[in-house]
Amino acid sequence: MNDPVFGPTPTAPADEGELVQLLTPEGERVHHPEFDLELTPEMLRTFYRDMFLVRRLDVEATALQRHGELGLWAQLLGQEAAQVGAGHALARQDFVFPTYREHGVAWVRGVDPVSLLGLFRGVDNGGWDPHAHGFNLYTIVIGAQVLHAAGYAMALQRDGVVGTGDGDRDAAVLAHFGDGASSQGDVNEAFIFAAWANAPVVFFCQNNQWAISEPIEKVSRIPLYQRANGFGFPGVRVDGNDVLASYAVTQAALKRAREGQGPTLIEAYTYRMGAHTTTDDPTRYRLMEDVEHWKLKDPLARVEVHLRRNGLADDDFFAELSAEADALGERMRRECHLLPDPQPLSIFDRVYAEQTAELAAQQAEVATYLSSFADHAGAGAEGGAA
Amino acid sequence: MTTTTMSMAKALNAGLRRAMEEDPKVVVMGEDVGRLGGVFRITDGLQKDFGEDRVMDTPLAESGIVGTAVGMAMRGYRPVVEIQFDGFVYPAYDQIVCQVAKFHSRSQGRVPMPMVIRIPFGGGIGAVEHHSESPEAQFAHTPGLKVVACSNPVDAYWMLQQAIACDDPVIFLEPKRHYHSTRAEIDDAASPGPLWESRVVRPGDAATLIGYGPTVGTCVDAAAVAAEEGRSLEVIDLRTLSPLDLGPVEESVRRTGRAIVVHEAHVNLGLGAEVAARLTETCFYSLEAPVLRVGGWDTPYPPARVEEAYLPDLDRVLDAVDRSFAF
Ligand SMILES: Cc1ncc(C[n+]2csc(CCOP(=O)(O)OP(=O)(O)O)c2C)c(N)n1
Repeated sequence: MNDPVFGPTPTAPADEGELVQLLTPEGERVHHPEFDLELTPEMLRTFYRDMFLVRRLDVEATALQRHGELGLWAQLLGQEAAQVGAGHALARQDFVFPTYREHGVAWVRGVDPVSLLGLFRGVDNGGWDPHAHGFNLYTIVIGAQVLHAAGYAMALQRDGVVGTGDGDRDAAVLAHFGDGASSQGDVNEAFIFAAWANAPVVFFCQNNQWAISEPIEKVSRIPLYQRANGFGFPGVRVDGNDVLASYAVTQAALKRAREGQGPTLIEAYTYRMGAHTTTDDPTRYRLMEDVEHWKLKDPLARVEVHLRRNGLADDDFFAELSAEADALGERMRRECHLLPDPQPLSIFDRVYAEQTAELAAQQAEVATYLSSFADHAGAGAEGGAA
Repeated sequence: MTTTTMSMAKALNAGLRRAMEEDPKVVVMGEDVGRLGGVFRITDGLQKDFGEDRVMDTPLAESGIVGTAVGMAMRGYRPVVEIQFDGFVYPAYDQIVCQVAKFHSRSQGRVPMPMVIRIPFGGGIGAVEHHSESPEAQFAHTPGLKVVACSNPVDAYWMLQQAIACDDPVIFLEPKRHYHSTRAEIDDAASPGPLWESRVVRPGDAATLIGYGPTVGTCVDAAAVAAEEGRSLEVIDLRTLSPLDLGPVEESVRRTGRAIVVHEAHVNLGLGAEVAARLTETCFYSLEAPVLRVGGWDTPYPPARVEEAYLPDLDRVLDAVDRSFAF
């Protein structure tokens, strides 16, 4: 469309032409003028290993949900490369704000997969220490965490750990969100704040094409990365199924942020191969053909081909990895059962930093009430946790 | 005339469909309400039959949904907005409280705001956080909004149509736990009672249990157990939370002398506080015991595997009845 007064209207939301890619779906290494990088065979194997294990983690958790051990699971199938690539680009001192689907980033940050299960099993709202891993708790309210990321980045600036030139000190923030989330006010406000503050934050949007049943191509008229222009910082679209490109682009953007050059928007172009969550039935709104089409771009397959074809990993490597994945799966199944149910009275703990007398009194009342059952039946207070 | 047996989910769908048939200005807006039919399938099939102009899969932004619904309403449409889960209404809170609620009064009646905001609410479905909340008091506290909650399929069918026909904005609360729990016969030629009335759902004379939405069933179950023990409890379904219709409650409490309000929302400053205060004012000399409240504790809604300990259940209602009698 070309308006005689206002000029052209962009209309290509899903044009894949402008993707940054370093490894083709066929496993061929290609070069890119800005984002090229040399990786040791060992790093390539590490990327593959992490993606492989993360995929198993995801399959295992999905199975646990099917067996009634989890109430829900949000699968990352198909998004392993975007997450593992981005995760490896982080420095130890960086901080990550995930959605509820960033199991791959969690893995790279050293969060125990079993503690990821707590939220989905319904025993806690996130069982890990955000500060210990530089990885916030999952955020379910769409978009909220992106503002937190901008604010965390503003705090880094005030702490004097941006642009000092000391690579072990300078820090940045990685903010995750989905294509659907890009419609939320919070996300757009985060862009505004980050631009205003020139904050060291990398906005990492995994465009997996779907927000539950709504395709992004119906919502956005332009590729999401181009929105960054309007906010005054650079945007780039990367092949989110290419772990090398995801790593290279995120690394460059985080470096920029740590150096004090401000925010970047990365759109990792990928596909949600599974359902939105285990309660969703995607056959109601999308075609199997689309899924088949994306299977050809599988993030793991291309790395495996590349490793094998170039003699960078032998059969033993793959066999060992497979065994390692089996062990991980077995551990998750075992330890998921062991996650303790919260005690009813624990509901009242830690609502506040300083417990109030009022709430303590309510807790005591509930304790008395619960013990009245224990006296009768023996099933007792703990029964409440069933 | 046809009579059909339906779940609450189906009844809401049928009520919505009928409202859309009867008034071309009724439009549905929300996340995943079109092609998917909503995550609870309440809008199932509506986009297919009424088209994308009337059933809109909106961008994922609650403030945007309610804010644009305001503009639609100003132009004579009657938007029915779906908020996907209770915990996700807050991005729209500003629009609802500062804009939707005030348009009529600040325009001196020139700009009515005939909007329905449907919210699946309440817990007990084993969900992750933000999916089990009961925000009704926050809206009932806001002048300019009307707030109702259905508790059964028949009410769901009629109350939704009445809410849509109402020229005021209505927060329409649906107890999601009961979308499929019971089925009831719906006669589409019946003439329903007014929307703004509470109702006795089980007569009794020893004490009055007052619930709405998901807790009506809990109260009825408690009354059944109490009856076996020789105690006859009256159960009232409030149905409308703002305005409150306490006439039937007062009439009941004057006979029973005892009242217990039951809701899933936090006890502190919940609807129960308002009911108790008003009963104290109107029925003081009839009361044999203080009005008691049974509700969610004053904590964030807990993780699913401990939610049973948080939600008011039959035992906690009966315990309150005992406490009332022991007073
Ligand atoms: C504020 C808010 N509104 C609605 C929801 C319900 N919801 C959960 S996930 C989702 C879709 C998110 O899509 P996207 O941002 O693309 O991320 P994806 O799930 O595809 O990773 C919706 C609507 C929510 N969690 N929070």
